[in-house]
Amino acid sequence: MRDCKPILLLEDDTVDAMTVKRALKDLKVLNPLVRVGNGEEALVHLRDDNNIKPCVILLDLNMPKMNGIEFLRVAKADEKLKRIPAIVLTTSKDDQDRLQTFRLNVSGFIVKPVDYIKFVEAMKIIDLYWTLSELPNSEQECLNANIQTDNACRR
Amino acid sequence: MRTSRPIMLVEDDSIDAMTVKRAMKDLKVSNHLVHLANGEEAMNYLHSEDNHKPCVILLDLNMPKMDGFEFLKIAKNDAELRQIPVIVLTTSKEERDKVESFQFCVAGYIVKPTDYKKFVDAIKTIDLYWTLSELPCCVA
Repeated sequence: MRDCKPILLLEDDTVDAMTVKRALKDLKVLNPLVRVGNGEEALVHLRDDNNIKPCVILLDLNMPKMNGIEFLRVAKADEKLKRIPAIVLTTSKDDQDRLQTFRLNVSGFIVKPVDYIKFVEAMKIIDLYWTLSELPNSEQECLNANIQTDNACRR
Repeated sequence: MRTSRPIMLVEDDSIDAMTVKRAMKDLKVSNHLVHLANGEEAMNYLHSEDNHKPCVILLDLNMPKMDGFEFLKIAKNDAELRQIPVIVLTTSKEERDKVESFQFCVAGYIVKPTDYKKFVDAIKTIDLYWTLSELPCCVA
């Protein structure tokens, strides 16, 4: 990613979360991965000023307590959170899910490939794109948090 | 891109628009490129029922008549248009422009590389990402 801020992953399935972690490690993406189990936990994390705001949010849709769409409804209406790009990472190929999430302004909707090699390939493209694209975090914010910007997050 | 729908480019500089067109041709991106010179023209195009809605919108910020932010303000408050991913493609590195664009939930903010080869690489990455990602429009 373009900066070294954490990536926030909303995923209730532990095995799926481990796969994301492993893929990022294989791709040598150094951003720390913060994982929460559902939308409710994500909002608590995001609204705690002691936590660094993530550079991007990767979110699953089907989760207990507060699912991905419910989370997006709250996050995208929150002036402090709406600017963080949210990318759906799901197994759902449901047209309704796709339409609803794009109406809630997601920055991508990626159907998780089951095959690990293809999954890594997908994560690689996500990393590539969000390294090319600027991110909403202000440089001052990064300086304050002692975080390097501009592609520094690579080995 | 994942669908064959057109790509909309909102750009007042005709040379920059030609560069985008040329890069897409070099990359063999088959989507038709609909070029409009400012936000107002883009809105007119999008509001006409006769036109195919684009799969994504590439948006410049500094334009006459209706600039990128004014366009975003209308598009992102329109129930029909808000779902179309908007990617800012600009020369501006201004922190303010970046933050304001992301407040409108843009799906990317890309500073145009001046070097043509790097520019082609940027368009390639955009194409790769929006081929991997699903798009809101139902029909391919």
